Amino acid sequence: MAKLRNFKIWRGDSDSGDLVNYQTEIDEGMVVLDAIHRIQVESAQDMAVRWNCKAGKCGSCSIEINGVPKLACMTRMNDYGEEETISCRPMKSFPVLKDLVTDVSWNYRQNQRIEPFKPRPREQDGNHRMMQEDVDRVQEFRKCIECYLCQNTCHVLRDHQKNDEFVGPRFMIRLASLEMHPLDTADRIPKIREEYGSGMCNITKCCTVVCPEHIEITDNGIIPLKERVVDRYYDPILWLKRKLFGKKDQSK
Amino acid sequence: MAEILPRTIFLERQRSDTWWIEPVLVLLGLGAFIVYATWAAFQGDHYYTVSYLSPFYSPLIYVKSGVAGSAPLWHSLLGEWPSWWPSYLPASPAFLILMFPGLFRFTCYYYRGAYYKAFAATPPGCAVGAVPQKNYKGETFLLIFQNLHRYALYVAIIYLFILTADAVASFIYEGTLGFGVGTLVLLLNPVFLGLYTLGCHSLRHLVGGRKDCFSCAGSGPINGVYRKVSWMNRHHKLFAWVSLIWVGLSDAYVRLVSMGIITDWNTWGI
Ligand code: SF4
Ligand code: SF4
Ligand code: FES
Ligand code: FES
Repeated sequence: MAKLRNFKIWRGDSDSGDLVNYQTEIDEGMVVLDAIHRIQVESAQDMAVRWNCKAGKCGSCSIEINGVPKLACMTRMNDYGEEETISCRPMKSFPVLKDLVTDVSWNYRQNQRIEPFKPRPREQDGNHRMMQEDVDRVQEFRKCIECYLCQNTCHVLRDHQKNDEFVGPRFMIRLASLEMHPLDTADRIPKIREEYGSGMCNITKCCTVVCPEHIEITDNGIIPLKERVVDRYYDPILWLKRKLFGKKDQSK
Repeated sequence: MAEILPRTIFLERQRSDTWWIEPVLVLLGLGAFIVYATWAAFQGDHYYTVSYLSPFYSPLIYVKSGVAGSAPLWHSLLGEWPSWWPSYLPASPAFLILMFPGLFRFTCYYYRGAYYKAFAATPPGCAVGAVPQKNYKGETFLLIFQNLHRYALYVAIIYLFILTADAVASFIYEGTLGFGVGTLVLLLNPVFLGLYTLGCHSLRHLVGGRKDCFSCAGSGPINGVYRKVSWMNRHHKLFAWVSLIWVGLSDAYVRLVSMGIITDWNTWGI
């Protein structure tokens, strides 16, 4: 049965803005994005909201609902109490363009900094071969829909604003997927420590908590990279081994 | 972008849910354990009863005989308590021991994340304003020693053997085979600690995580071991807590039986 519900939606631009009250009727099965669209039609035609698939697969509709970073299209209205006012704000860590829409282009620039996939030469018959068990780990990271909820939530970026020293969780898992790839031959470990900032992450796992694809960003991506950095830079026994027996990449 | 966005204020949040429950539980849980373990380590008595040795006091390096609830002298690796031990420190064997498992847990990836949140509020919760820092450095500066966690792991693996030996030894009381509630308590201890220790991220890296290719030549049976360690790793948080609580309960059990406050049910009839 339809029921009138209260909303507070952030309206404004890069200079200023505030929460504005709205009301709309909610039907069975609606998600927060549906409600926003209904409000847009009924009372706020100029309200900006980004979306595309309404299926949790395009990563466009990231906002903060009642203070929690989420995909608006995957957040059901019946997750909240009937009397609860639902607040919608743009992602805090990115500059606002208008209303709920933020400028996430900083993320694209981080992506460009990463040395791309560099496969070893093909086998004699012209094919690349790898076993499923060797790409299982990498495939988990391929599920990323680039919603940037993790980037928005990571306190290194959100609170400490170390955008110049840390590429953020999304790109740490991109790095992990390249570094762990059985065909890849590039070595990104020095940059992972010095430029991409693996040491800035303090493994508090908020990226993992908000990831709508349930990627184990911290446990399966960042920590394994940190361990590879330890191999290369901090482990005194491995250092001695390299000095005595020559350089050996632990991953090969 | 850093110029456009305002700096975060401590605890600034729009969340109205119960995000604070987990950090508060971690604070209370770890706090209680640290207080109890320190207290128990200071006591230097009531760490042995029937054939049960408290895990806090294992391995027994020295034994101060004559103390209530102390172990028989043959149990000690180096015999009687040394005379050079400074008098301002309590004559407690636990002092020589607790720092190793303590360091292992302190540098554990799970606990790090948990206490950075609960004790240092960096951040207190997800999307909740962190304690402001002029120049946040993460684990690159003062905390760089955390990178040596794997060495604490190597010691922790030795402890697994020691505690397993204690559990086995608890089946024999004055030459007679038997068992009691205390045996079960001491037996579960290395089981839980094993599930925790063998799910360590550093171990996962060591047994296969560091390799790009599991099926390639030279990798041998890596994948099977890697999968098992990964399974334990997935439940690392759970096993971290279960093993922590159990190790504390084991000491408390031995202590209470030794003090005569509770009676151990056992086949030896004592
Ligand atoms: S685990 Fe690391 S990358 Fe993820 S949110 Fe926390 S600090 Fe950021
Ligand atoms: S890792 Fe998860 S949270 Fe981060 S951008 Fe990808 S899908 Fe979104
Ligand atoms: S609209 Fe595509 S993920 Fe929400
Ligand atoms: S990561 Fe927790 S024990 Fe090593």
